[in-house]
Amino acid sequence: MVYKLVWENLKHRPVRTLLSSLAIGLGVTMMLTLVGVSEGMFRDQEERTRGVGAHIIIRPSGSSAIGITPPNINERLVGWAAEQPHVQQATGVVIYPLGGVSTVHGVDFQELSRMSDGFTFFEGGPFRQTQEAIIDEYYAKEKKLHAGAMVKILNRDWRVAGVFRGGKLARVMLPKPILQDVTATTGKVSVIYVKLDDPSRTAEVIAHFKQTLVDYPIYSMDELASQFSVNSLPELKVFIRVVMTLSVLFGFLVVFLAMYTAILERTREIGILKALGAGQAYVLGILVRETVLMAVIGSFFGIGMSYGTKWLLGTFIPASFPQAIVYEWWPIASGITLFGALLGVLYPAIKAARQDALESLSYD
Amino acid sequence: MTEPIIGIRELRKTFRSGDVDVHALRGVDLAVERGEFLAIAGPSGSGKSTLFHILGGLTPPTSGTVLIDGQDLMKLSDSGRTNLRKKTVSFVFQKYNLLPTLTVGDNIEIARDIAHAKGPIDAQFRDVLEILGIHRKLDRKPRQLSGGEQQRVAIARAIVNHPAILLADEPTGNLDTENSSLVLDLMRSLNERIGQTILMITHNPEAAAFAHRIVQMRDGQLHAV
Repeated sequence: MVYKLVWENLKHRPVRTLLSSLAIGLGVTMMLTLVGVSEGMFRDQEERTRGVGAHIIIRPSGSSAIGITPPNINERLVGWAAEQPHVQQATGVVIYPLGGVSTVHGVDFQELSRMSDGFTFFEGGPFRQTQEAIIDEYYAKEKKLHAGAMVKILNRDWRVAGVFRGGKLARVMLPKPILQDVTATTGKVSVIYVKLDDPSRTAEVIAHFKQTLVDYPIYSMDELASQFSVNSLPELKVFIRVVMTLSVLFGFLVVFLAMYTAILERTREIGILKALGAGQAYVLGILVRETVLMAVIGSFFGIGMSYGTKWLLGTFIPASFPQAIVYEWWPIASGITLFGALLGVLYPAIKAARQDALESLSYD
Repeated sequence: MTEPIIGIRELRKTFRSGDVDVHALRGVDLAVERGEFLAIAGPSGSGKSTLFHILGGLTPPTSGTVLIDGQDLMKLSDSGRTNLRKKTVSFVFQKYNLLPTLTVGDNIEIARDIAHAKGPIDAQFRDVLEILGIHRKLDRKPRQLSGGEQQRVAIARAIVNHPAILLADEPTGNLDTENSSLVLDLMRSLNERIGQTILMITHNPEAAAFAHRIVQMRDGQLHAV
């Protein structure tokens, strides 16, 4: 019966219930979007890294497994790596930051194409001239570019030679020698990708490389893939915690205001319940249940709205912020929001439960 | 001779209003027998409502003795008075005080829920719903009913848990003459058919005439009529 009263109370003020639930849901959406974008970027990064088709990656000494790497590996090491036992192919790549999380990669297209079993071009094809770039479908969509269009990268104009299917190393690629020239890093590469003739020998080859390249971080692709997670970026974890705290605060404020108003409006009804013999726990129970129900509805809205943010990001900036739907975070985000909502209802509910029956009954 | 269901001796209630003590009840003595229909009449400010609120456990007395169905109100805590309202005493108010978001049936059901009543409504109460003429309107919301119908729902809700005492505070105060007579007839009928003890507060002599006995309240004291 209490649930019926709770439900009827929520239905009685549909606009307030809807707005409160939406506002509660915003906290859920904030969390799910942040986690989804983080996860999406990591998954995208992992997919593109695996798309290279290599089994081993050699990074510069002193660098971390992920993150933008300055080009300071001597390019001659690429040739040396290619001659080692069980190595089928090696290719060096130059990575240069473009600001934010964007990078441009300098590649030897023929080598990269061979290593990754070929590129699929939706428009145009590989570079034919020095001042040309190739871009992936997401970058093209975000920047509204097509083959033949001009794009400004590193303060220079480049002609888009082709738009390729995403999932291969990078979103924007330039001819390696040109990028080395432009960034004054001729003879240097940022990473070396190594493809083996027998992937089961990955550990053996890595061990062999480490004998010579003592200070160089060398990873198998599986090791590298395992690094693409929130845990490997402590700053991101802090940011997620900040958003979680904001969501709790948001839920608290929304519910506090909504329930405080609701209780003022329902003073007489609380008096009626008390006149019927309802104790403090009964009144408290009604308001807590109402909040829980509102938070549950809000969570559904929040989850729904996270699909909305995914669509928005995927439509307008698909290259910069690919968002994943992280199902494991649905109960976590909902739980955190519910916690904030319960904190918010505490004071109004206790106030209502302690209300004097007689005074409540004379309230108009 | 059985014990009276309500026994009041030297009941006093003093309110503090600003710096002034207001003596609302000044030594009230009253005994109400089980199954009696008693009207307490008197002008506004005479202390009727204060007496009503004390008997219903909505406010504690200042001094004196109040025994309700064997329970000493002076010894009851706040939760004790809440339990009193749950099972022993129930109210019918002038303003009906139905929960607007619930249907008629649910307004009655919530009183049972609060009193932890188990199982379906008993046959006797179904008869009561028929007597009150609301048995076909259980799915309606209060706003879809007339004032008289709402007051009959309030009466049904008040007696659904078979309280020992029904306290009615100006139950016809918001009703026209026709509906007033109907409600008062029904209250008398309930008193006669199921032996419901009823205390009715009214300032209307015609309404008071429906009771078995009338006592007059004036300046915080009761006088037999």
